[in-house]
Amino acid sequence: MSFINYSAREINCKIVFYGPGLGGKTTNLQYIYKKTNPESKGKMISLATESERTLFFDFLPLALGTIKGFKVRFHLYTVPGQVFYDASRKLILKGVDGVVFVADSQAERLEANIESVENLRKNLQEQGYSLDGLPFVVQYNKRDLPSAVSVEELNQTLNPKGAPFFEAVAPQGRGVFETLKEIAKQVILQIKKGS
Amino acid sequence: MPDPGLIMYEEEFKQIDAELHRLHQQANAKVAFLVDKNGQLIASVGETENLDTTSLASLTAGNIAATGGMAKLLGEKDFSVLFHEGERDNIHISLIGRVILVVIFDQRSSLGLVRLRVKKSAEMLAQILQRILQKVEQTKAPSGAGGPGKEQPKSPFAEITEDDIEKLFG
Ligand SMILES: Nc1nc2c(ncn2[C@@H]2O[C@H](COP(=O)(O)OP(=O)(O)OP(=O)(O)O)[C@@H](O)[C@H]2O)c(=O)[nH]1
Ligand SMILES: [Mg+2]
Repeated sequence: MSFINYSAREINCKIVFYGPGLGGKTTNLQYIYKKTNPESKGKMISLATESERTLFFDFLPLALGTIKGFKVRFHLYTVPGQVFYDASRKLILKGVDGVVFVADSQAERLEANIESVENLRKNLQEQGYSLDGLPFVVQYNKRDLPSAVSVEELNQTLNPKGAPFFEAVAPQGRGVFETLKEIAKQVILQIKKGS
Repeated sequence: MPDPGLIMYEEEFKQIDAELHRLHQQANAKVAFLVDKNGQLIASVGETENLDTTSLASLTAGNIAATGGMAKLLGEKDFSVLFHEGERDNIHISLIGRVILVVIFDQRSSLGLVRLRVKKSAEMLAQILQRILQKVEQTKAPSGAGGPGKEQPKSPFAEITEDDIEKLFG
């Protein structure tokens, strides 16, 4: 749910990184944080366990530039991927403008990916959203690992509707900004459509 | 879409800002700010220079969301007021419909005073927010009768091009 402020001439949009535990959601935000110049970013907040698993969310505010004289701010959030944090995931999805699904490409995580997409669909539906009507991008992360499944196979199981997808190796930054750019574009086009 | 996006117009922004200033002064507070339930900062007044209000806004919304989740588990509708006491600073958080009012204060004020002033301001803020919602409705409704809408700003976003978006990532 974007927030358009005519007084401050700002548009605020919320983008949520979703996906199975250890898939690389937090790593995406960390890379974006590292590579964004200081005047375009705020502090990154990570509410994590002692073992650095996301407990509630990560938060990174970005202000990349202006469109039509309005400052465009993106608030990036990650959810905790571990199955038992479902209540927290629901809270973070509230007011979402766009979703990035970070899939773990490893064969042994295929089941976890499927479960997480289904969980996303269900949690969106509970709030009256539909995944098919929402800006949505899929990222196949961990392409560097030997057990990575082919993209064709991943698309068949996780992305049957053919949403835009990117291959990624998040710690090295491969695919990270491509993914961000695509979801940002979709979100802004959605605002255009709604205006 | 379950929820129309929040829109803030110049006129109501000024009213909100004025109300926050009044609250800030009358409650002897350090800072007062208003946050959207999704964690987006709407307005802030007071000693905000050394305060990361963007982060505070996001954490406030997370806090309200988490306690709201707890409330539902107990069969409560919501916990509409939260209070955190520190050694130096205290933080008073109250839910007003879809926005959150946050007041930070120290020993120059008291919980009693803050609570009293927040209650008054909450009513005023709720009215202003109601007016914004009406305006948004009017703007979205197909224009026919004209209605009382006066200075409905025309959306500048209808003309966004792919090129505009490309430039963001320059
Ligand atoms: N080899 C490899 N490791 C990765 C990649 N992306 C992330 N990792 C590692 O995977 C681990 C988990 O990454 P996180 O970003 O914390 O995963 P997450 O999705 O945030 O996990 P939760 O917070 O539990 O939901 C970390 O040790 C990362 O360094 C990748 O593309 N390749
Ligand atoms: Mg994480």
